[in-house]
Amino acid sequence: MAEHAEHIVPVKTYVIIFLSLLFLTGLTTGVAYIDLGPFNTVAALAIAVIKMLLVILFFMHVKYSPKLTKLVIVAAFFWLALLLTFTMADEFTRNWSPIPNNWGPSISAPAPRMQ
Amino acid sequence: MWVFLVTEIMFFGGLFCGYAIYRGMYLPAFEVGSRILEVKFGATNTAVLIGSSLTMALAVHAAQTGKRKALMIFLVVTMVLGMVFLGIKFTEYVHKWNEFLVPGLRFAPTEGIPAGTSLPHVELFFCFYFFMTLVHALHMVIGLGILTTLLILAYKNRFSKTYFAPVEVAGLYWHFVDIVWIFLFPLLYLIGGRYPHG
Repeated sequence: MAEHAEHIVPVKTYVIIFLSLLFLTGLTTGVAYIDLGPFNTVAALAIAVIKMLLVILFFMHVKYSPKLTKLVIVAAFFWLALLLTFTMADEFTRNWSPIPNNWGPSISAPAPRMQ
Repeated sequence: MWVFLVTEIMFFGGLFCGYAIYRGMYLPAFEVGSRILEVKFGATNTAVLIGSSLTMALAVHAAQTGKRKALMIFLVVTMVLGMVFLGIKFTEYVHKWNEFLVPGLRFAPTEGIPAGTSLPHVELFFCFYFFMTLVHALHMVIGLGILTTLLILAYKNRFSKTYFAPVEVAGLYWHFVDIVWIFLFPLLYLIGGRYPHG
């Protein structure tokens, strides 16, 4: 963290990133008022991820950081992806099987949470 | 610092994960709750916070190039923008209080609730809204404390071209808190189906 032979990002880059972030904020707000079905959520998340990458790479200097820093960050997001993927995989595949089971609510009597 | 931020990613990630689960379970009520939130507050605050991230980045730049005066100015501007964010957030909370939208304490919304909506689940949405935004606001307050310390150190001329790590690390923290809001804004305010229905 305290290497002093650091790359100094020019002010111009910061300003361009700032303007891009403002533009993307306007874009995500505008898109929310257009009916895209399930793609509203996809668009909102995609724009948020792009904004996050801009902040991480440029404002947080990760583009110019040592590989170890990058590895730590990638590992963190990989771990977060595990959490989200397996939670969602569980949540959205419950009660898919038409075969009644004995350990939980069957599809003929859906659990209240599935309303 | 990055390792600390990794723990923060997991902390907020867990909250987002919980929000996603309950949103999936009670989608209609969560969409109603989301539409009640006022986009103007959320969007303005996003812009304010992005602006504060720019000035924070410029403060780090000033520290790297050894410009003490510019560093102090940018730190102050960043803090002012941070306080503007918290002010807007507070105004929004007051609105929610007046509209009976505070779960547990004062929850009896009248407007914007279509017939047949499950009110307890709208209340659950507002539990998430308040908890996630309050935790984020707490991070902002902590950030303001850190920036105050930096400002004092800069005033005492403790930083130089070769020693500015504290400014840089505080910058990382500030940008991280910005990123959390970058996700909170669309997920809470925007994806509730704001377009005209039917």
